[in-house]
Amino acid sequence: MADNNLFTLRIITPDRVFFEGEVSMAEFNTTEGEIGIYKKHVPTTVIISPGILTITGEEGTKEAALHAGFAEILQDEVVILAEIIEWPGEIDKSRAEAARERAEERLRTKTPETDILRAETALQRALARIHVIR
Amino acid sequence: MASMRDIKRRRGSIQSTQQITKAMKLVSTVKLQRAKQNADRSKNYFHCMYDTVNSILKRTQNLDHKYLKAGDSGKKAVIVITSNRGLAGGYNSNVIKLITNGELANEDLAIYAIGRKGRDALQRRYEIKADYSDIIEEPAYADAMAISKELLEAFSKGEISEIYLAYTGFKNTVVHIPTLLRLLPVEISGKETEGGQGETENKDRAPMNFEPEDEEALNLLIPKYITSLIYGGMIEAVASENGARMQAMDSATSNAEEMIDNLTLLYNRARQSSITQELTEIIAGANAIS
Repeated sequence: MADNNLFTLRIITPDRVFFEGEVSMAEFNTTEGEIGIYKKHVPTTVIISPGILTITGEEGTKEAALHAGFAEILQDEVVILAEIIEWPGEIDKSRAEAARERAEERLRTKTPETDILRAETALQRALARIHVIR
Repeated sequence: MASMRDIKRRRGSIQSTQQITKAMKLVSTVKLQRAKQNADRSKNYFHCMYDTVNSILKRTQNLDHKYLKAGDSGKKAVIVITSNRGLAGGYNSNVIKLITNGELANEDLAIYAIGRKGRDALQRRYEIKADYSDIIEEPAYADAMAISKELLEAFSKGEISEIYLAYTGFKNTVVHIPTLLRLLPVEISGKETEGGQGETENKDRAPMNFEPEDEEALNLLIPKYITSLIYGGMIEAVASENGARMQAMDSATSNAEEMIDNLTLLYNRARQSSITQELTEIIAGANAIS
């Protein structure tokens, strides 16, 4: 029975195939909120917002920081077209911390010119990175 | 007949030119391998991207969206991807001809140059709006993002009404096709990429839902779509550039080979005739004494 719960997950970035394999669940953030996908999900296309991607496969779970892109969900296949995605090993921790501080600082001392949306995405991104490392 | 020394000197200079072209050919062969790998790896992404955007657009044909209709400023933006270096045969001039001789020739154009050769050739006739020449050395996705962001801003403000991309498509190592593609307003057609396969697949699928709704999805997807096209254009252009240079240098090397052969023949002939002449002179001298 266990085998029947698996679906194919493919994560493609502009310069490589980031992940390809059979998994039982994938969780990530979208513009509409966090979602988790099992097999036989209704066909949907969603836009990704910065967050943590959790892949649950046969050998346990894997995490990655997923920052931008979109996903095409079909009944037995999920394709994530990721513009930016990183495994924990690829993240520079001190840079992420610095980015978080910068973004927080910008949100705290906001002026009318501050691009709040941009600062918020930057903060989300930094938080996702920091979380994944831990 | 040219003197022996002249011929020898000329042959020597051609020989050293040949060494240079040979080395350049080897370098571009290696670079081509790498660029080809890059192009192959990123192909997946663009096909998926193209299919998805196409399928959304097909479902939402009557949508009145800002990215789907031309602005009214009359100014057209063209991203021109060429190389920074020459000696690549017709590679650069083919792309430039696409603009100067094509249907856009007499329009009011704003050029976004990627590659110095294209910029230099076009700045006499058109306005160069921006110059991103350095990034073609090593195209990164982030660079494409920056360019598409700037273009989309100009488009939204109404400064430009259409956006085109001129680049050299990489079909295989010897076939490169200069291509002019309209990025905005987005065209709905299956003919540009190998969409035929994707379409039949689509029919079998259950209807696709979109989260968020179509219009908002388009707002978010189209910038990504444009970015991916620009990135794909750069990757293919780099592969084409190295392919074109490899070909050009290969034929230069074989031309040099041919010239060296001819000159060697000429040199030997000159040497022989000079020996004959010396001999005749010596014999004539000896005869005169005795």
